Amino acid sequence: MSAARPPEGARHRSPQGEGSPVSANLLELRGVHTHIGAYHILHGVDLQVPRGQVSLLLGRNGAGKTTTLRTIMGLWRASQGTLSFDGRDITALATPQIAGLNIAYVPENMGIFSDLTVQENMLLAARGAARASQMDTQRLAWIFSLFPAVEKFWNHPAGKLSGGQKQMLAVARAIVEPRELLIVDEPSKGLAPAIINNMIDAFSQLKASGVTILLVEQNIHFAKRVGDSVAVMDNGRVVHAGSMQALSADPQLQHALLGLAI
Amino acid sequence: MNKSDFDWKPMALVPLLALIVFPLIGSPSTWLTLTVAGLAMGLIIFVIASGLTLVFGLMDVLNFGHGVFIALGAFVATSVLGGMGDWTGSASLWRNLVAVVPAMLVAMAVAGAVGLAFERFIVRPVYGQHLKQILITMGGMIIGEELIKVVWGPQQIPLPLPEGMRGSILIGDAAIEKYRLIAVVVGLAVFAALAWTLGRTKIGLLIRAGVQDREMVESLGYRIRRLFVGVFVVGSALAGLGGVMWGLYQQTVVPQMGAQVNILIFIVIIIGGLGSTTGALIGALMVGLMANYTGFLAPKVALFSNIALMAAVLLWRPQGVYPVANR
Amino acid sequence: MLNRLLSNDFPRSRVLAVVLVVLMLALAFTPFIFPGVKALNVAAKVLVFVVLVASFDLLLGYTGIVSFAHTMFFGIGAYGIAIATTRLGPTWEALLVGLVGGLGVSFVLALVIGLFSLRVRAIFFAMITLAVASAFLTLASQLSELTGGEDGLTFKVPELLSPSFEFMDAPFLGVTIDGRLLCYYLLFVLALGLLLTLLRIVNSPFGRVLQAIRENEFRAEAIGYRVVVYRTISSILSALFACVAGAMLALWLRYNGPDTSLSFEIMMDVLLIVVIGGMGTMYGAAIGAALFMVAQSYLQDLLRLGSEAASAVPWLSALLSPDRWLLWLGVLFVLSVYYFPTGVVGRLRAQALAAPKKEGGK
Repeated sequence: MSAARPPEGARHRSPQGEGSPVSANLLELRGVHTHIGAYHILHGVDLQVPRGQVSLLLGRNGAGKTTTLRTIMGLWRASQGTLSFDGRDITALATPQIAGLNIAYVPENMGIFSDLTVQENMLLAARGAARASQMDTQRLAWIFSLFPAVEKFWNHPAGKLSGGQKQMLAVARAIVEPRELLIVDEPSKGLAPAIINNMIDAFSQLKASGVTILLVEQNIHFAKRVGDSVAVMDNGRVVHAGSMQALSADPQLQHALLGLAI
Repeated sequence: MNKSDFDWKPMALVPLLALIVFPLIGSPSTWLTLTVAGLAMGLIIFVIASGLTLVFGLMDVLNFGHGVFIALGAFVATSVLGGMGDWTGSASLWRNLVAVVPAMLVAMAVAGAVGLAFERFIVRPVYGQHLKQILITMGGMIIGEELIKVVWGPQQIPLPLPEGMRGSILIGDAAIEKYRLIAVVVGLAVFAALAWTLGRTKIGLLIRAGVQDREMVESLGYRIRRLFVGVFVVGSALAGLGGVMWGLYQQTVVPQMGAQVNILIFIVIIIGGLGSTTGALIGALMVGLMANYTGFLAPKVALFSNIALMAAVLLWRPQGVYPVANR
Repeated sequence: MLNRLLSNDFPRSRVLAVVLVVLMLALAFTPFIFPGVKALNVAAKVLVFVVLVASFDLLLGYTGIVSFAHTMFFGIGAYGIAIATTRLGPTWEALLVGLVGGLGVSFVLALVIGLFSLRVRAIFFAMITLAVASAFLTLASQLSELTGGEDGLTFKVPELLSPSFEFMDAPFLGVTIDGRLLCYYLLFVLALGLLLTLLRIVNSPFGRVLQAIRENEFRAEAIGYRVVVYRTISSILSALFACVAGAMLALWLRYNGPDTSLSFEIMMDVLLIVVIGGMGTMYGAAIGAALFMVAQSYLQDLLRLGSEAASAVPWLSALLSPDRWLLWLGVLFVLSVYYFPTGVVGRLRAQALAAPKKEGGK
């Protein structure tokens, strides 16, 4: 287990007014409703994602977790309610603009471009680099230490990677440049237990460097090991929000919310 | 360096076709003449088709009106070249080029500008609705064709080759038309430029990624809509260039030429796979070769031969030879 | 009884119903109301196009298939009649042979095309039909011994239907009752009958499945309907009706050539009519065809006036030239697709729904 930390690079801090308090929540959703065609999926979601912590979004299949993430990223428009990031209203912003606020998103299907090489995938995510040579080598070295497969298959088409390796590439891509908020949909899906440790390590290091992380997870054991705060969704609403510690200590609550014990 | 095992089978189709036909034609010199003619025609078609396939691959937009840019480019060339008689009349190739190159550039600029308007007013309002796209872009082509008739008149206009580009070069027994060779050079240059842009620049990377997964590219922070407009304009400009080359190939232009070449282009990008430039190249070369071989062997079945070719390819690979992944 | 005749598919809009009735009466009594050769020709074309466009609506509006090969079947029907009467003489038997032959060829081709659509995606299919239609047009021009090539075939029709046949000596209500008139009424009866038949088809259980497939193919397949079978049947039916429309055209014109029935312009006209009239409504075909034919014939006169009036401004005059009527039709088409996506019929029906009910509660 490496003890490396991400290199100290210049990190974007959005300008705050003089004397205005830095809110504890980096991302906040209030009363968000989302419709997909005729289907009403989110029924008033209230979600707080505290700054500098790892937040977990749990819930049964179909509870609306992925829809919530997509609404945050602007891939689906909220029909009601507000979303704010770092004090700024992002409800009506387009997806590229939201990503431009240094929010990185790793969707459930990973979004890997299979015809492009691993290097090209990474280069694409590095908005500040016009050529591969312009990517931050220090940062890349750190990423390679976390996810060795990314270095090993650097020049191979990303489609040739195994499922787990693709997952690692997807997360690696999300952190190729410093980001404020990392949103990952099921990071542990399809990962062998040994690789899961790499993932947990990566999240710990990222958190240590001040990145806020929001994860959707089905794997409760994984969730317990990384999470600081937790929100549980059911039927398009957040039905419980609190600390992961408190939830882990209460088997009855776990059972009620998730139908099983952590 | 370990690239994937590249799918080389479709690339083999072109030489395969040329070889199969050889015994049917018999004489090597005729075969050579026809093959060069076919490659030239194929490369011109490729220039036109490349824009269309990228537009579809990138933004899922079916532009049934792509032909209007072809016609526009050709007609603009008639005006430009018409006014440069002393340059085109000269027997020197270099002096001819002084007329032809600006004609091409002006044609590309006009076609690109019209493409910008076309995207803004005709295509943009119907993103995501295939049926409406088909209808509207066809409507756009009709409007374009009629406007060409308003500006240049409804009859056909000759577009004679400049003096220095006429005639043939003899290689052994084979007479190879000079213009065909020039077309091959230009076509290959366009292909090289496209390949370089797509393979070696960040914009090219964005296009290739966008063809696969548009949403993910947006999630990475890129305004892909703007990129699309750019690709559409470049595609239209290339169609204009292709129109100039086609017009010089036929030595005459008619307002309906857009609709006529449209069919060939559709066949090409269906064979190639929607969204693939390499596929479009293979499709175009095969269509060009096929048209010339059947033109010599059995002229009556020329158009059918291309349709038969398309059907055969689809039976082998229903999505075209290089289907774009993730679709 | 009206119920059964219209297969329960009412206009659902008072305005629409009135327009349809007026249209039907106008067409029924055209020879008497609008004297002259031109009016009769326009009316006959309307009748032919009502059938042609309605058959296209079956394919596009109800089944959701985009096919540019529709004019091919139109042409086959027309050439069937033309070739048969040219070869076998102007007899009723020849007409029958021609019609049946045309229907047979249409059936086979539609079957092949319908099955081929299995293998490929909808977008490919649309492009392929375009290529096939184009090839067919070239074929018709090239097989000149059979089809008369570019010049087409001029032929005679059975005596009963020809203009020289005088049914009654004295004119009736100011109109000479001759074979031409009979031919016109034959077309009228055919058009009416075929349109009602199509209404019956789209309102039958078969028609409902088609609409289900159009809405959500995956679900239809999941429920148990073999989508391929329904699509193929729809393609075949659509082709057969188009074929009959072609036969009607040939019968009226006593001439057929590649441009008369196979040209790309006709395909565009059909598209225009179905969009302006309203896709998936059948009635849209009727109204659209009437609007279109009248406009096409008289628009050119209108443009001529405009062009002369603007003769001081050359570019404006050129834009308004009657030869450029297709330009304005194209503009109308584009505008219709944007602002009028449900067509005239759709608009009228929506207005009828939105209008407050005068009597009775909700």
